[in-house]
Amino acid sequence: MSRVIEVRGLTKSYGEHQAVRGIDLDVEEGEIVAFLGPNGAGKTTTIEILEGFRRATSGSVRVLGEDPARASQSWREDIGIVLQESEPVPELTALESIQMHASYYLAPLDPHAVLDLVGLTDSAEQRTMKLSGGQKRRLDLALALVGDPKLVFLDEPTTGFDPSARREAWGMIEALRATGNTVLLTTHYMDEAEQLADRIAVIADGLIVAVGTANELAQSVGAQLQISWQAAPDQPPPPSPLAMSIAETGRASVSSTDPTQDLYILTSWAIEKGIALDGLEVVRPTLEDVYLTLTGEANS
Amino acid sequence: MSTERVRFSWLGKLQRQVGYDLLVFRRNSASLFFTIAMPLMFLIIFISLFGNGELENGASVATLYVPGILAMAIISSTMMNLAFIITSRRERGMLKRLRGTPLPPWVFVLAEGLTGAVVASFMTVVIVAVGRILFGVSLNLTGVPTLLISVVLGAVVFSILGLAFTTVISSEEAAPAITNGVMLPLFFISDVYIQGDSVPGWVQSIANLFPVRHLAHALQDSFNPFVTETSWPWTHWLVLVLWGAFGTLVTVRFFRWTPRR
Repeated sequence: MSRVIEVRGLTKSYGEHQAVRGIDLDVEEGEIVAFLGPNGAGKTTTIEILEGFRRATSGSVRVLGEDPARASQSWREDIGIVLQESEPVPELTALESIQMHASYYLAPLDPHAVLDLVGLTDSAEQRTMKLSGGQKRRLDLALALVGDPKLVFLDEPTTGFDPSARREAWGMIEALRATGNTVLLTTHYMDEAEQLADRIAVIADGLIVAVGTANELAQSVGAQLQISWQAAPDQPPPPSPLAMSIAETGRASVSSTDPTQDLYILTSWAIEKGIALDGLEVVRPTLEDVYLTLTGEANS
Repeated sequence: MSTERVRFSWLGKLQRQVGYDLLVFRRNSASLFFTIAMPLMFLIIFISLFGNGELENGASVATLYVPGILAMAIISSTMMNLAFIITSRRERGMLKRLRGTPLPPWVFVLAEGLTGAVVASFMTVVIVAVGRILFGVSLNLTGVPTLLISVVLGAVVFSILGLAFTTVISSEEAAPAITNGVMLPLFFISDVYIQGDSVPGWVQSIANLFPVRHLAHALQDSFNPFVTETSWPWTHWLVLVLWGAFGTLVTVRFFRWTPRR
């Protein structure tokens, strides 16, 4: 396995404003990594530096062994890019657009096969101006893939999509995994990052505040499982070490790092005392909780 | 892959890109109307409106209108088209996407220019033919070298100026207003739409600062029926070259591939 992206101490300033404030990141071959963060966190700035569209202010960047800012035209043979906003040429058909892009590469894929991969075969002869938003996005992906890249950049691939179009797009990105492509994507949807990425890099305010799988991120913020039930009137507190709190909604809860042990303590105590634990449940922290904790910390 | 293949791959890319650009041109009804139909319409309207009378030298007015409208057609197919198309592609992120591919940027730019030159050549043939058939304007063999050099030089210079123009156009919507706002007055004062001595001297002096009148006059030299020797309108060509140099400087310095918004 070889390293596809290596970023060390990357910063980018626009005048006084520091958009990126020191990012380190490694992406290995075949990985799908997501930059997750709110708008203005520095996701697009970072990905555009990796794509060679912007120059870093400081730090070192290696993508497929080269510095993108100085890379030769042939470096682009191995890179596929889906920009955040980009329209196809309206006068060409979907197939012609893909064929035109194929002509830019020395060893492109078969345009018909690519059309099939993104599910646009039925629209092959449609002028691109007649395609729907979701179809145009699929064409964007086709144009990025036709050169048979080793590394694919996807900048907010599903922003503005309705839920069914998003599901469809996810299916295609999953298909990239099967072809062994390395993928770096940006998103501000947590479910998208969780669904698609092997690893998630949470960006807030120009810094990566955490990297890992969804589970690792949950652990890194010490996010704990919540055991909760409907509090009885005059609810007595469970024995130590369980620390109960009662929300205004009337639900009692205890945080837990060891739910097997803690549930045992709680339920044996309840049976002994004859207390009913109505609506007892154990809730995993969602990526949303983790994310809000992480980005909240960065902002405070 | 062989070195040979890499070394000459740009030639194939250029050829294919011109092919796609011409396809796009043929399918764009606005391009077809403004570049192909409008010059022909104007040629017929102006000669009908102002009459195809005799000039002082005995030649017909059409011998001035045919090259005048030809100048307009060359400028439409190069500068006007490039200013619209490049601006619209820039603002829609198409140029940025191209920069993300192995297509060398200069191949793309050259292809756009060549496409304009192909259309300009086509219009030259059409306008010369229409002038001949409808208005009896014949092109002497001695005028052919002057015509060819002027058409090619005009296509090159006005392609460059089209690229330069995109640097001051901020949005797709502004492109027609800005280009027409500059070019229409120039067409009126540069012996393209209106021929003869009715244009005051000071207006002519202003027109002489800009390239349109020089292209029109270089082309008119090639249609002069009384000239028996090939003429070489060096001054007109020199002014065109200077504008081309200016356009190159502006383009190299300010051209951008990414949207402005």
